[in-house]
Amino acid sequence: MKEIRFHGRGGQGAVIASNILANAAFLEGKDVQAFPFFGVERRGAPVTAFTRLDEKPIRIKYFIYNPNYVIVLDESLLKAVDVTAGLKDPGIVVVNSKRTPEEMELSQYKVATVDATSIALDNGLGSKVSPIVNTVMLGAFSIATSVIKLESILESIPGQVPIKAEENTKACKTAAEKIVLHW
Amino acid sequence: MSTKKVISGNYTASYASMLCRAEVVPAYPITPQTTIVEKIAEFVASGQMKAQYINVESEHSAMAACISAALTGVRTFTATSAHGLVLMHEMLHWAAGARTPVIMANINRALAPPWNVWADHTDSMSQRDTGWIQIYCSSNQEVLDTLILCYKVCEQPDIMLPAMVNLDAFILSHTSEVVDVPDQKEVDDFLPQFNPEIKLDVDEPLSFGTLAFPSSWYMEWRYKIQHAHDLAAKRLVEEAKAFEKHFGRPWGGLIEEYRSKDAEIILVTMSTIASTTKDVVDSLRDQGRDVGLVRIKSFRPFPTKDLREALGHAKVVGVADRSHTFGNEGPLFTEVKGALYNHDRRPPLVGFTVGIGGRDVLGSTIEGLYDHLEKVADGEAYKEVRWIDLIGDEEEVV
Repeated sequence: MKEIRFHGRGGQGAVIASNILANAAFLEGKDVQAFPFFGVERRGAPVTAFTRLDEKPIRIKYFIYNPNYVIVLDESLLKAVDVTAGLKDPGIVVVNSKRTPEEMELSQYKVATVDATSIALDNGLGSKVSPIVNTVMLGAFSIATSVIKLESILESIPGQVPIKAEENTKACKTAAEKIVLHW
Repeated sequence: MSTKKVISGNYTASYASMLCRAEVVPAYPITPQTTIVEKIAEFVASGQMKAQYINVESEHSAMAACISAALTGVRTFTATSAHGLVLMHEMLHWAAGARTPVIMANINRALAPPWNVWADHTDSMSQRDTGWIQIYCSSNQEVLDTLILCYKVCEQPDIMLPAMVNLDAFILSHTSEVVDVPDQKEVDDFLPQFNPEIKLDVDEPLSFGTLAFPSSWYMEWRYKIQHAHDLAAKRLVEEAKAFEKHFGRPWGGLIEEYRSKDAEIILVTMSTIASTTKDVVDSLRDQGRDVGLVRIKSFRPFPTKDLREALGHAKVVGVADRSHTFGNEGPLFTEVKGALYNHDRRPPLVGFTVGIGGRDVLGSTIEGLYDHLEKVADGEAYKEVRWIDLIGDEEEVV
């Protein structure tokens, strides 16, 4: 079983990202679960979402405490939330940042970075104040972890995003090209 | 042909209502139910679903509208949760008393105060005596299948009872899982049109809900509700077999026995906790521990006979409740004890109150329950009812 935790802010699309990933894994023949942690949802507030994937039927119905992978949609969350809490060893953290993985102060983990905000804005996803980076981060995640094929993510996007399927798909591909890995 | 979709429990309920051709959907939003009726509103607005969608001013009105529509011979659906359900309380009695086969999805959520929108069974447990059939689901697939099955059973002329299909807040309602969604023809072939013999019809006027005196038919009317529940218990199992033949996947019975037939230590529980428990049972079995699970799916009608057969051989039985009857214990615990009391084999029973207000019930939580039950099996003195995972102080001794 692979468990993935998404950290985002309300409006960035973390919950939809967890669903796109689940759907992509389903397309690869896996059993899946995707769920958000519902607290007090509002634009800008920290949001957590989760995806589980497994070759076998998934029966457990509780939160993910020890993820294999963490995806951080907003770099500022690194200061607000302990994004690596419970992360398995060796775990991978994929962060939306202009900085390199070496600059992330997460040296004990495998870290990958991608400037998802710029890629999202280049493709007209969201606004400067509130870029929608979810599909971008999934493109990066696919390359960083190999847990899911990029093609499966791309195939899942149109059915899951409410608008701009083409732009999302393009942005996702760009992220897969531009991701910086550190390991 | 059916299609597999990755969808939430709520959307699963929306699809089920459309596939079952619900014709009237009176709806009032409440967290975490809202996305069910939002999706139905989309279906109706796009013309995909041919139904009258009624915006009402409260859940009490939603149920009143369901009852009225059902009395005219129309298939109805609504969905609610927590405060919405308890506000319906009066009308729930009315729906069952009037013998209307209203089908409703209820998202099991805690009641305030303090405010809490997470999983808890207090809302539906407190509607136990309204005369509704109550089924508790442990997966999104089961939500879909149970809704179809409930329409099939509840609309039969000798049943004519309302049914509440329960799913845990967020753990199913907002969790996407793989669901095999049948196509319209498959559902149509299984579920005939609703066409009751007796209905409100301006051309053939009849009076409904009149006065019945102590010396006339009130008591008999109530007896018939009990009788219909007894029939429904049989019919659910029979129709589940027909369901399996038609759709190619089992629904099972009123209870589900998981590695319990040869187990000395059995945990009885419902809903999503039971799903997690299956993994725990497998892992404890691998360690050579003698444990099993009995999941109660139908709380009303209550599966007394099935439980006697499933639990009589156990050395000890634990019952995990996601709700609590203040002044006593978990309602499921009370009912399971009651079922076994007049049975010739009565294992000791321990009640666990767990997961209240959505407190996460982990595999390790359940393993702890089995640890405790093993000690009871070994003859250790035990407390009949325990609250599990309380923060801070342990339970106080009075």
